[in-house]
Amino acid sequence: MAELAYRDALNQALAEEMERDPRVFLMGEEVARYDGAYKVSKGLLDRFGSARVVDAPISELGFGGLGVGAAMAGLRPIIEMMTWNFAILAMDQIVNSAAKVRHMSGGQLRCPIVFRGPNGAGGRLSSQHSQALEANYAHFPGLKVIAPGTPADAKGLLKSAIRDENPVIFMEAELLYGLKGEVPEGEYVIPIGKADVKRPGSDVTLITWSRMLTAQVLPAAEQLAQSGIDVEVIDLRTIKPFDHEAVAASVKKTNRVVIVEEGWGYAGFGGHIVDFIQRELFDDLDAPVIRVHGLDVNMSYAANHEPLIQPSVARIVDAVNKVLYR
Amino acid sequence: MPSTEKLLTMYTKMLLSRRFEEKAGQAYGLKKIQGFCHLYIGQEAVVVGINEALKPTDWVMTGYRDHVHPLVRGADAGMLMAELYGRDTGYSKGKGGSMHFFDVEHGFYGGYGIVGGQIPLAAGMAFASKYRNEDRVTVCSFGDAAANQGALHETFNMAVKWKLPVLYVVEQNKYGMGTDIARVSSIPDIHKRAPGWGIRGESVDGQDVVAVYEKVKELTEWIRAGNGPVLLEAYTYRFRGHSMSDAATYRTKNEVEEEKQRDPILTLKKLLLSKKGITEEKLEAIDEAQKALVEKAMAFADASPLPPDEAIWTDGLVEEGEADVKPRERVLGATDVKWPEHPTDFKVTWDLEPRQTPAASGKKKGAE
Repeated sequence: MAELAYRDALNQALAEEMERDPRVFLMGEEVARYDGAYKVSKGLLDRFGSARVVDAPISELGFGGLGVGAAMAGLRPIIEMMTWNFAILAMDQIVNSAAKVRHMSGGQLRCPIVFRGPNGAGGRLSSQHSQALEANYAHFPGLKVIAPGTPADAKGLLKSAIRDENPVIFMEAELLYGLKGEVPEGEYVIPIGKADVKRPGSDVTLITWSRMLTAQVLPAAEQLAQSGIDVEVIDLRTIKPFDHEAVAASVKKTNRVVIVEEGWGYAGFGGHIVDFIQRELFDDLDAPVIRVHGLDVNMSYAANHEPLIQPSVARIVDAVNKVLYR
Repeated sequence: MPSTEKLLTMYTKMLLSRRFEEKAGQAYGLKKIQGFCHLYIGQEAVVVGINEALKPTDWVMTGYRDHVHPLVRGADAGMLMAELYGRDTGYSKGKGGSMHFFDVEHGFYGGYGIVGGQIPLAAGMAFASKYRNEDRVTVCSFGDAAANQGALHETFNMAVKWKLPVLYVVEQNKYGMGTDIARVSSIPDIHKRAPGWGIRGESVDGQDVVAVYEKVKELTEWIRAGNGPVLLEAYTYRFRGHSMSDAATYRTKNEVEEEKQRDPILTLKKLLLSKKGITEEKLEAIDEAQKALVEKAMAFADASPLPPDEAIWTDGLVEEGEADVKPRERVLGATDVKWPEHPTDFKVTWDLEPRQTPAASGKKKGAE
């Protein structure tokens, strides 16, 4: 198995799927001649030509909607958003067109499209460029939402997203693109909606996704292990639909849960998981579920502010101690 | 000038549209139709002129004033009326209603409720046609007020740059809901903005079906030849309010009466009566036939059941292996439904952005 960076794992998935299916094309800002703002699409223009790797103008609403129309007409667009902050401009087409066209047409049309790009904080970029927005998209019926945290998961899930018959929101992370990990070569597909136990344990369940997995949660688990606390880490990988069975199995084992998400707490996705746990697993809980999340403020540029606002190992360790009544 | 036979077809379809919308208005008054309901009465020459100039394989989409676009393309009037009623036998199983008509069988890709939202979608459909090297024009209609949406600007820029085979038609009826377009537009004649995008901009008397037909014939030929998109502004007028709840007090009675003198159906009738062999009686018979057709459509809708409660759970996400729904097959058991089969294996030959200069074709990429 080759060790690849997250961006190269995505690149492999794109190349393999474009090779496999002529309907697949990639469109976005800087994806072709520039090789992608984050080099995810490196080399694809030379390999697949300018109709399949398309440099779009800075018009997220326009090319987002163009992608939706192309999907309705039988193609398999991958629309790269330079970041999900900019995709807010395209939200009308994602939400009002992509997510609704099958419904509005009474099942006559489908919209197999992938919107992908980096989500969450990028490092010293202030408020407009540091937002984890998965909860917004998870809210809408008609969309699937994926947020992989490792190179292998990124590859396997992007391939599934491209093959899916529905609109898929695929959230990467700027700070993950350089992350290295082992990635299976060739046909490697991970089903949408399946979580992964990234660290088995018996005392407390830590539920997370995307960048928080490697940035904070696994390091926190290591630190806790040193004080004799055996943490189980569940990586949801897919936000919508999320893997209820995997969450339930872990909660039944540990009886204590901490949810870690980069995004804001207020109406954040973690709250939805808590809703499931308290309804379906009430009798399995030995302590209230605690959420560790981005503080409900706009991201600051200052070097000391940025880590304060995001979840940290210290806050996670503190939360784990609380659910253990330590 | 189109043949008399063609003119009769246009006359028939314009009357069908008029009678259908009148019936829809009545049904709304009887509360059989609720919610929003935007009638096309007065604008029939635009849709019919376009439709007669298109091939059956061309694609059409529009905004929420969408009842007659599928009707003139051959959609079943009863199933359209049933959709207005919110019945299971409607094209969208009663889930879409007035604003969301879809008839993929006849190349009608939808009515959209967000002003201008269909504009980028049409570019995408045209992109798909060009990508697969198909001979097809996508026609996208929208109202004058939609031209002030950013989506239009973003889309025109791309459509021109990539020479997408799409005809954009402004149904210029002078008002965006209750606001005179001139009150909120620096340039209220939309086609005059065309040079800013480098798009070919044209205009036509939208109350003259023959003029619309001939103009669209010419423009679609130009588009089919690979020249790129066109913006056509058809000057028309809606005789009714914006929607059923609009008493249209922002227009004077005089203005409406004057416009009604230019009723496109009466204009075509006059023209037809100047043709050999066309009599008042013959035209009257056509009208009667259309009235009967919409009566039947209403009876069909009246007799149709509501969708089952559990249908709220379908047509959300496509399950693996799930086929698309063919409405006439589902509702009427039709066996002659021609459904678009998009190829899955083909070669993309389009070079969207050829590398022209030696400097640009070098292997060295720009710095990160």
